[in-house]
Amino acid sequence: MGWLLALPFLLPIATGLFALGARRKPRRARTISLLGCVGLFVIVVIIFVRVIDEGTIAAQMGNWPAPFGITLVADRLSAIMLLLAGLVGLAVAIFAQADVDLRREVLGFQGFYQLLLAGVCGSFVTGDLFNLYVWFEVMLIASFALLILGGERAQLDGGIKYVALNLVSTLFMLMAIGMVYGLTGTLNLAALHTALAQVEQPAALHMLAVLLIVAFGIKAALFPLYFWLPASYHVPPVAVTAVFAGLLTKVGVYALIRTFTLIFPADFSFAHDLLLIAALLTMLSGVIGAASQYEFRKILAFHIISQIGFLVLGLALFSPLALAGSIFYMVHNIVAKTNLLLISGTARRMTGSFNLAEIGGLYRVSPVLAAVFFIAAFSLAGFPPLSGFWAKLMLVSASLEQAAYWVAAIALITGALTLFSMSKIWSEAFWKPHPTGEARSLTSLTVTERIQRMLPALLLVAITLGLGLFPQPLIQFCETAAKELLDPAGYVATVLPSRGG
Amino acid sequence: MSSVILQGATRLLVALILLFSVYMLMRGHNLPGGGFIAGLIASAAFVLYALAWSLQEARAALRVSPVKLAAIGALLSLASAVPGLLKGFPPFTGLWLFIGGGEGDKGIPISTVLLFDVGIYLAVLGAVLALFFTIEVD
Repeated sequence: MGWLLALPFLLPIATGLFALGARRKPRRARTISLLGCVGLFVIVVIIFVRVIDEGTIAAQMGNWPAPFGITLVADRLSAIMLLLAGLVGLAVAIFAQADVDLRREVLGFQGFYQLLLAGVCGSFVTGDLFNLYVWFEVMLIASFALLILGGERAQLDGGIKYVALNLVSTLFMLMAIGMVYGLTGTLNLAALHTALAQVEQPAALHMLAVLLIVAFGIKAALFPLYFWLPASYHVPPVAVTAVFAGLLTKVGVYALIRTFTLIFPADFSFAHDLLLIAALLTMLSGVIGAASQYEFRKILAFHIISQIGFLVLGLALFSPLALAGSIFYMVHNIVAKTNLLLISGTARRMTGSFNLAEIGGLYRVSPVLAAVFFIAAFSLAGFPPLSGFWAKLMLVSASLEQAAYWVAAIALITGALTLFSMSKIWSEAFWKPHPTGEARSLTSLTVTERIQRMLPALLLVAITLGLGLFPQPLIQFCETAAKELLDPAGYVATVLPSRGG
Repeated sequence: MSSVILQGATRLLVALILLFSVYMLMRGHNLPGGGFIAGLIASAAFVLYALAWSLQEARAALRVSPVKLAAIGALLSLASAVPGLLKGFPPFTGLWLFIGGGEGDKGIPISTVLLFDVGIYLAVLGAVLALFFTIEVD
């Protein structure tokens, strides 16, 4: 058991080291990295199946009993996040084989990519607040390296903004961890569930909540702390943006969900109100920001922010249906968003630019790419019967359930504006003729490159379609996961068997 | 920068700092210290050496490339998990090997915990110096 839960980060670290060692032989490094991603995917599938069969599983590192050692825990939320990390990791690794240039590979792209996956998986599987901080740092180092790898001027500019703001987040998180330890004497999340409930200092709890919301809010790109994201996400290679969009901000949301369901008391309405306001403003400002953009990748980057609002909205409403909606939205969003960014990379390859004014004609030369984009984009906008529709439906009905009509209204307005941006991309990049000459067709690429670019996109779009047509199994899974989150007794009992929950 | 005073003092200090880093590494087993902080201290010695003499001399004094050192260190740390795997314990369980034990004397304890710490020491030393050497060139 211990090894199974440790492998999601041990394997990428080992893979990354070997890939880094072989970086002067890019072909070998690529193969190592790809094999590592396949292995990681197999492991997370095994964990997912075990969690569905047995419920929450836990392991104590170094055989130190909780709450003294570092605990690794996988409940349903962790399991589905790990599964998504493995999926995105594999899809982007395949795409990166075609997209990342040789120079960046020699500089160590594959090694840092694996290190990033290790950080993401470590965050999802840890049951310890300080260990979570360590994985955040691993992610920060790896993502900074990926951002500036290649050393173009724009990259350094974006990278500095990114790292400076994320260091602020780190600082807030460290302060919060210090406070938690001072108040309770433990950092084990399961032990904190009982320990923090006994703290009778409301001022300290409020302060702690604000510190954690700011720390994780910066990571998650929550209003008004998101400005690092549009400043940096459009500078690295598309493969890097895709994995960032798919996983990095979601780790912040995951940390918010984990802390505000597990360690804070459930009737902590102060934090929920704060999160609700932040979520609504994030949804609106992200989507309005996107509407003002005129570049394929920048539009998508702003939409990441807007979608984060939906994810946090489910947490803020704090009902079983809302949390289930949040988790469903997470699955849908990670798959669709990563795919859209991969498509934007291929679209640039075909047309030569990200600027919508300079490109066009993609529908005529490659209907397959157009179809994949159409499905992913309209799923993001929430069109039935695609996966985004069910995700939005769950969140909107959760807000109606609580008679929060204006929340539902804002969610619907955001959906409509998302549709506006997606139609803009559709009509500019795919529908209108190319302004200067002709877009290349997919068939003009070599067979290998075609497979490397289209296989991940087709795989992800198949998942989007599958979730849209047969949402019931995932909805049930999300409802059970939400129930687990709202009643953490099982989680606590698994981590700390001696306390009997 | 070439100052006779700094260069003279560095000869003494570098040896002391490196010795202190090893002390911190060993001390970290039961007291504050450990591989991470010891690695930082050791890298401070090489940084000082590079400032007093030159980057080339510091590189030569390190003998191996810092990136390689970092990778070896990380692999050592990962390797410290393997004995636990073979014996069927959870990852990173501390296991001890006692060398030359006699009556009433357990001998010299060598543990996987030490291996892990040494790995971290080398990884931090390598990573910090890799950064420093890169920045100093520019």
